[in-house]
Amino acid sequence: HRLVRGEKGDEFFPWFGLDIGGTLVKLVYFEPKDITAEEEEEEVENLKSIRKYLTSNVAYGSTGIRDVHLELKDLTLCGRKGNLHFIRFPTHDMPAFIQMGSEKHFSSLHTTLCATGGGAYKFEQDFRTMGDLQLQKLDELDCLIKGVLYIDSVGFNGHSECYYFENPTDSEKCEKLPFNLENPYPLLLVNIGSGVSILAVYSKDNYKRVTGTSLGGGTFFGLCCLLTGCSTFEEALEMASRGDSTKVDKLVRDIYGGDYERFGLPGWAVASSFGNMVSKEKRESVSKEDLARATLITITNNIGSIARMCALNENINRVVFVGNFLRINTISMRLLAYALNYWSKGQLKALFLEHEVNLLFNLFYSFKVQTPTVT
Amino acid sequence: MRIYLHTDEAGQERGAFKMAARGGRGGGSGHGSLDKSITLPPDEIFRNLENAKRFAIDIGGSLTKLAYYSTVQHKVARVRSFDHSGKDIEHESPYEVTVQEEITARLHFIKFENTYIETCLDFIKDHLVNTETKVIKATGGGAYKFKDLIEKKLGLKVDKEDVMTCLIKGCNFVLKNIPHEVFAYQKDSDTEFRFQTNHPNIFPYLLVNIGSGVSIVKVEMEDKFEWIGGSSIGGGTFWGLGALLTKTKKFDELLQLASKGQHTNVDMLVKDVYGGAYQTLGLSGNLIASSFGKSATADKDFSKEDMAKSLLHMISNDIGQLACLYAKLHNLDKIYFGGFFIRGHPVTMRTITYSINFFSKGEVQALFLRHEGYLGAIGAFLKGAEQDNPNQYSWGENYAGSSGLMSTSPDLCPMQRTRSGTFDMFEMDRLERPLVNLPLLKDSSTYIPDTVDLTDDAMARKYWLTCFEEALDGVAKRAAASQPDSIDAVERAEKFQQKYWNKLQTLRQQPFAYGTLTVRSLLDTREHCLNEFNFPDPYSKIKQKENGIALKCFQGVIESLDSLDWKERQLALVKGLLAGNVFDWGAKAVSDVLESETQFGFEEAKSKLQERPWLEDSYDEWLDRLKEGPPHKCALIFADNSGIDIILGVFPFVRELLSSGTEVILACNSGPALNDVTYSESLIVAEKIAAMDSVIQSALKEERLLLVQTGSSSPCLDLSRLDKGLAMLVRERKTDLVIIEGMGRAIHTNYYAALKCESLKLAVIKNSWLAERLGGKIFSVIFKYEVPRE
Repeated sequence: HRLVRGEKGDEFFPWFGLDIGGTLVKLVYFEPKDITAEEEEEEVENLKSIRKYLTSNVAYGSTGIRDVHLELKDLTLCGRKGNLHFIRFPTHDMPAFIQMGSEKHFSSLHTTLCATGGGAYKFEQDFRTMGDLQLQKLDELDCLIKGVLYIDSVGFNGHSECYYFENPTDSEKCEKLPFNLENPYPLLLVNIGSGVSILAVYSKDNYKRVTGTSLGGGTFFGLCCLLTGCSTFEEALEMASRGDSTKVDKLVRDIYGGDYERFGLPGWAVASSFGNMVSKEKRESVSKEDLARATLITITNNIGSIARMCALNENINRVVFVGNFLRINTISMRLLAYALNYWSKGQLKALFLEHEVNLLFNLFYSFKVQTPTVT
Repeated sequence: MRIYLHTDEAGQERGAFKMAARGGRGGGSGHGSLDKSITLPPDEIFRNLENAKRFAIDIGGSLTKLAYYSTVQHKVARVRSFDHSGKDIEHESPYEVTVQEEITARLHFIKFENTYIETCLDFIKDHLVNTETKVIKATGGGAYKFKDLIEKKLGLKVDKEDVMTCLIKGCNFVLKNIPHEVFAYQKDSDTEFRFQTNHPNIFPYLLVNIGSGVSIVKVEMEDKFEWIGGSSIGGGTFWGLGALLTKTKKFDELLQLASKGQHTNVDMLVKDVYGGAYQTLGLSGNLIASSFGKSATADKDFSKEDMAKSLLHMISNDIGQLACLYAKLHNLDKIYFGGFFIRGHPVTMRTITYSINFFSKGEVQALFLRHEGYLGAIGAFLKGAEQDNPNQYSWGENYAGSSGLMSTSPDLCPMQRTRSGTFDMFEMDRLERPLVNLPLLKDSSTYIPDTVDLTDDAMARKYWLTCFEEALDGVAKRAAASQPDSIDAVERAEKFQQKYWNKLQTLRQQPFAYGTLTVRSLLDTREHCLNEFNFPDPYSKIKQKENGIALKCFQGVIESLDSLDWKERQLALVKGLLAGNVFDWGAKAVSDVLESETQFGFEEAKSKLQERPWLEDSYDEWLDRLKEGPPHKCALIFADNSGIDIILGVFPFVRELLSSGTEVILACNSGPALNDVTYSESLIVAEKIAAMDSVIQSALKEERLLLVQTGSSSPCLDLSRLDKGLAMLVRERKTDLVIIEGMGRAIHTNYYAALKCESLKLAVIKNSWLAERLGGKIFSVIFKYEVPRE
């Protein structure tokens, strides 16, 4: 039995990319679809079983999940054709993951495991000692930016990777429309994971981290767990989708009876997040769903607000929001789209991507593919 | 409804009077059934209501701030020359002292919990005499809610004013009028409040008001400001979310919880994600990567304290970050923070300061205001008082009538008043004349009058507080004795004593209560307290007598000076000035001598003086300057004591300056302080001397000798708050020499003051502790002649 490589023969299968964040581990796996009978026959058992395990399941253990809807089909990578799978599991299961790698003798496959995110540092030692695996650590910001630039050129199963919302507040008219990122610079990149990092990108090599905030996806999920007793991000989002935040938040109209014209503040704007919860009566009358919704709105508005200020300070008018917080989170995406447009009086545009782009780059990087230049 | 009026049993300071309100609902919900019985010390909180007008009210989420203008009737001592026409030729005294009533303007501001609003309105209604008042200006979120109640109770029409406009107006007013209004917060220092020198130009600045939400306002000029942004994550978020998470209902209790918690148990730190610091970005491992990031698990319990702390950090950091982003966008480096989230809470001031430092990398400073809670009320009041032109005058904080800044941190203040049930007061007196900087200050923006900051120097603070405590009994006795004809003088003196004693105790606990604690502020507070109990000038009779005695010796002193040659005379003049300065009733060592030795005179004082070389001795340089340089164009002299000091010390010195061709501006206090010579006394003294001495006479006549008032009633001297007329004269006459005399003006203050022209600071140290500190003994001499370096 021999190990299978790509066309250039420089990398052995399996092809993986890892992003180990504070809350979630995101994994991409390239499933070759052009395996010849000869290859199939020669494929080592280990490799075969990994491929079978990953592609025939959508859930792994109790916490691992494959996002089928994100799968990129018929992608050509280093001369090989295949599908790209997106898998995620909580960071606290990382030791179990490494253990599994060790049990399946992953190290014998001679693959390079590229990893980014804080966990690439935190778990580096564990990978080495427990799994006999050497991680190739990649800078997460680098991955993020190059991933954004790359994905747009690849496309998403024939669709545009980048999109925006037209009429974001009107559920009837709201439309997700493709956005062409042909001339991407300058752009503000807001990565919302557990926390938030904001990057200003001026060219493919010229970017800086402008700021960050600790009020991110982890805050939403963490507060939701405390306030509602929910146990998964999906559950938190689902509750939020059924709640009414205006019962929890104090709006401008709750204080002024309507718009605060002196400052041009509309009555519907939130004056104080959770402001109504100061009153005992109101605390007793809100539902868990309302609280989840208010938490989501609070965190999202705040990210929008900080992003808008950074865009103004950096003189950039396109803001790309990425990160796991926005996965299946249409409420936040539409709110970000609306808030950015409203408060900037139409000067700023919120853009979104279909994928966890940093992961993709991460994967491609492992093949030492030249960074694609976007024309 | 009944109002029970009691005097406070513990004799505590007014601001601390408790209101007994059974079932009062703290924490801001000001509706529902309130128990209306309340104990209000009579006339102690809503004072001077008889003449009150121009009411304004600011009703916030939990506190109400009431403002009004009133007049205060004061006794003042007036001096007047005897009639020359008649039979009063042979007087023992050089002039007569009469006590008159004077009316001064005062602004009253009172802060109390919304719970008491009804009771307070009733009290005001019952005591309001002034019938011209028809309108009350109202601002704050609660102005809408309580409009009907106010109109019904007071019978005044509520005239609503915009919250932010009032806030900014109030802010500008305190920034201009109150010294040490602004402070930066320093953690882990002995005194956490670092007060700032008032800058002549207060604009532009950013005001970040953290109420239930956050408003960010850019203020460019007196009436020009702009709401540039805000955030919904504010005090209401801390309170509301905190109440949900910890089941703790009150804001203050949440803060207390937070001050005891560990946020690292709840927050996900950079090191939790990276295993250490994130080197590439230079992010420390202890930074928060995700607030509440560790609570994203269903199977763990978190302590209330830890969650409250995490929440506090989250909100403070977020506000600080946004404030910095706005400051950067608008190119501003001063941010004043206010709102109930900040209001006197060391915990929030600390986290906000940290956040601003972190996000601005030290380029922006987080600043706080002592009277932040009153800004809205002050602004609303100013709106209603526009026809009185309050902005035309200078105003001064009345230390006797103001509660001072209260720390609400229990660790910081063991005798802390819980905020509930507390009445806080702030009073400002209208000053007769506008105050400005001395034009000769080298740099008015960095000038600090006081030599020692007692908030900083714990040893000195303890010494001086004890010193003032020990002297208090004598001061009270003297005050009572100064009004032998008044039946209630002793009672008032006791009240004065109690009041000042309480102030001293407050300052022991909270040295920052009235800004930077200094010997000057201790002295000024004492003067304010004496005035409060109608002891406007306890030393008037002593000054009268001493001026009489000294005037009789004047000619003899001049004759003996004139018999000396030039060089001997110069030294004798300086020694005379110094010996005169020994006569200081403010110094305990001296007042003890003066009380016991009735014959103690000019010669005895000279013998007490330290021999040359003095403790600080640049006399030779001074003499060289007189000998070799051209005469000075004009000298400005700040005089100290009445009697021997001014008459036998200062006037001969003035006479010599005049003789050598130098014009003299003699500046004396506008109002009395200890036995310091007042402007009106100086006029009479000068007149008497002129009658005996032709040099003085012609100089007065030809306006080569000018007597002016300083605008102050302090035993110390703040060169940044001087009478406008004095400043104009100094400029007009091209003053090139400033002479400052006495411990209060030249040592406690101005010892390090840098001037644009030559200066002479001289004093005798009449306090052994201070002398020792400066490396000398009691009656050591300071003679500091300075020439500005180019």
